[in-house]
Amino acid sequence: MKLKHLFLTSAVAVASAGTAWSCEIGARVSIVGNEFPAIQTVGAEAAACNGAEVSTNLTADHQKINLPGMQGNPAEYTSAIVANSSIVALMNEDVIRPLDDLVAKHGSDLSKSQLITVGGNVMAVAFMANAQHLVYRSDVLEQIGVEPPKTYEELLAAAKMIRDQGILENPVGGAYAAGWNLAQEFNNMFLGMGGSHFEAGSAEPNVNSEAGVNTLMMMKELSEYMNPDFLTHDSNATNAEFRAGNVALMNMWGSRAATLVAAEGIPQEVVDGFAIAGPMTVGGGDTPASTLWWDGWTVAKNISDEEAEATFVAMMNGIRPELMENEDVRRQAVWLIDGYTPTSAAIGVFAAAQAGTIPYPMLPYNGLMHTALGAELADFMQGKESAEQALADVEAAYRAAAKEKGFLN
Amino acid sequence: MRHRTFFWFFLPTGLAMLLFIAFPIVSVLVQSVFTTHEAVLVEVENCGPFGCTVETAVDHDATAAKRAAEPLGRFVGLSVYLDRGHLAVTEIAEQWHASSGLGDFISRTQNLPFYRAITFTLTFTFLVTPLLIALGLVVALSVNSLHRRLKGLAIFFSLLPMIVTPLIGSLILFWMVDSRGILGSFIQYMADDPSLSLKASTSLTWIMLIVYGVWHSAPFAFVVFYAGLQTVPSDQIEAARIDGANRLLVVRHVIVPHLMPLVTFVALIQLMDNFRVLEPLVGFNAQAHAQSISLLILNDLSGETQQLSSASATSVLTILGVAILLLPVLVRTWQDFKGKK
Repeated sequence: MKLKHLFLTSAVAVASAGTAWSCEIGARVSIVGNEFPAIQTVGAEAAACNGAEVSTNLTADHQKINLPGMQGNPAEYTSAIVANSSIVALMNEDVIRPLDDLVAKHGSDLSKSQLITVGGNVMAVAFMANAQHLVYRSDVLEQIGVEPPKTYEELLAAAKMIRDQGILENPVGGAYAAGWNLAQEFNNMFLGMGGSHFEAGSAEPNVNSEAGVNTLMMMKELSEYMNPDFLTHDSNATNAEFRAGNVALMNMWGSRAATLVAAEGIPQEVVDGFAIAGPMTVGGGDTPASTLWWDGWTVAKNISDEEAEATFVAMMNGIRPELMENEDVRRQAVWLIDGYTPTSAAIGVFAAAQAGTIPYPMLPYNGLMHTALGAELADFMQGKESAEQALADVEAAYRAAAKEKGFLN
Repeated sequence: MRHRTFFWFFLPTGLAMLLFIAFPIVSVLVQSVFTTHEAVLVEVENCGPFGCTVETAVDHDATAAKRAAEPLGRFVGLSVYLDRGHLAVTEIAEQWHASSGLGDFISRTQNLPFYRAITFTLTFTFLVTPLLIALGLVVALSVNSLHRRLKGLAIFFSLLPMIVTPLIGSLILFWMVDSRGILGSFIQYMADDPSLSLKASTSLTWIMLIVYGVWHSAPFAFVVFYAGLQTVPSDQIEAARIDGANRLLVVRHVIVPHLMPLVTFVALIQLMDNFRVLEPLVGFNAQAHAQSISLLILNDLSGETQQLSSASATSVLTILGVAILLLPVLVRTWQDFKGKK
């Protein structure tokens, strides 16, 4: 695995850091992206360039504005920071440019694994990796005398013991909020069960299968050990439950694990017991029930070549290897940048990469499937309909949307 | 007013209405009957930090050619309106044949997004609107009978629910009704059921949304009725009192008839507003239990792949829905107008 390689060689690369740097650009740069700490660091460092104006618009609603902001000519945003799910919308509409010439000219600091190539063209530069993995309370597991679970079946057994021994009433946490989160948890479990969302090489849906039914059954069993409000809990609410000491086992994003117990007012036993491990498998499979993600930046198509070059230079400054000397920056993410030495918060994501977790698919119609899953699975989770009916509804909802967008006839 | 004067007087308003109301409606109509070109897909090799995979992507050159030829997209007529995401005619017909009776048929339709959304939207509209009018009237009458010095303060506090941004107001309540929040714990205590959770129950979520809707909109009715109360002729009230009417009878036979045009006005505005209910559903994170027409539009537009045609079709259906809701009131106003002539 390339990540493992990075992990082993990164200590050597630190030596190259520490030289003086200057970043001069000759045209405007405008960045849009999500707003978690790692991206804020990249944005702030890109904005440190001299010679022209660099503006950043980092917001959780970036997906609603990045496409409209890049469709105009000239485009408002010269760069969008995206992930492997959200780059698809920009590629579908053809608003980002190939970066091969700019990589050749200014990209000597980049390692090959950072280059996101589509059909041979570099379309984005990745700077961090992310995955969902196990986060648990080691003190609670010691109390019941079990090892951290490696499979979801073990997690269920541990959850039962914790509840039966009266330690916690709802020991399992999960971002199961109806919509995007619920669909993502389905994706994780479905891939772990060996399912594939589409029939090979086509946009025909394939979730109404044995793997799909098993996935829903496992999600339902897990939800029995969750707070009854689980369908309203997104990642933030799930983290709050963990911080409050109400949850002992949960599947959580690596990008959030580092700061999970850093907030004020968290009980000492939660801070001390907080531990992370790799993602779990399910149903006897080898593939972890999780997905791998990268975050990276793109350069808009509808801008002048000068602006594109300035954007590339500024963004390169935002991810320069020297930044990896700063301990605080290193803790913010699992960086793909040369010179990164992993912190203790990164082991979950590294374990995910090493265990052969499947990357979240970059398919043009995957967003429609994600939306359909998020809208149609809530009825099953509430016990209002059967797993087969819920999955048939997902396929029907997806088909209607895919026909409208011209992916199916 | 002479026709010429009227024309020049109305022209700026008319132009603004054309620009900001008529044109957007035409644009939405057009977008709802056109949709994206059929995608030309190619197999490409994608490489990244996690290795290489062969995946499908959109062929940009072929797609660009199609777009240049037909910039509006492909004409699909009413097919978006009739698909499963909207009126779902095929599915409805199947369910009609498969169902054992009317009740069974109606419960089957709740599996289709549009019908699920319209059920909640109409329930919300027809419960919230009369309740908020009644509450607004009671508050207006109460405040009106207060001592002069207390009125200012009472008016300010009565208006607070409307001043608070809907999204913030619903978010604060959402936290309070959490099973560990102050209201949620109180309800558990009252029901003597420690596992009771408002957010996990569909019927309780609906009640919570309706109570919130009334709470949020009642100040609007209150302000209008309070202003109306200042114009009630005092000689009529005195005459009623002399005839032996008590306070309740005065309200019923003098004040309410006097305020009737205002009730019509508030009903008109609130029917329109409540039919487009959105913020409380987002604030309360209630998508699993309740969906509204406006929420369908938001979901279409906020997914990773935006569904503009679907959102436009739902918008047109919303406009039709509002028109049908307002028809009785509009017909009555028109008849009044003709009667006065």
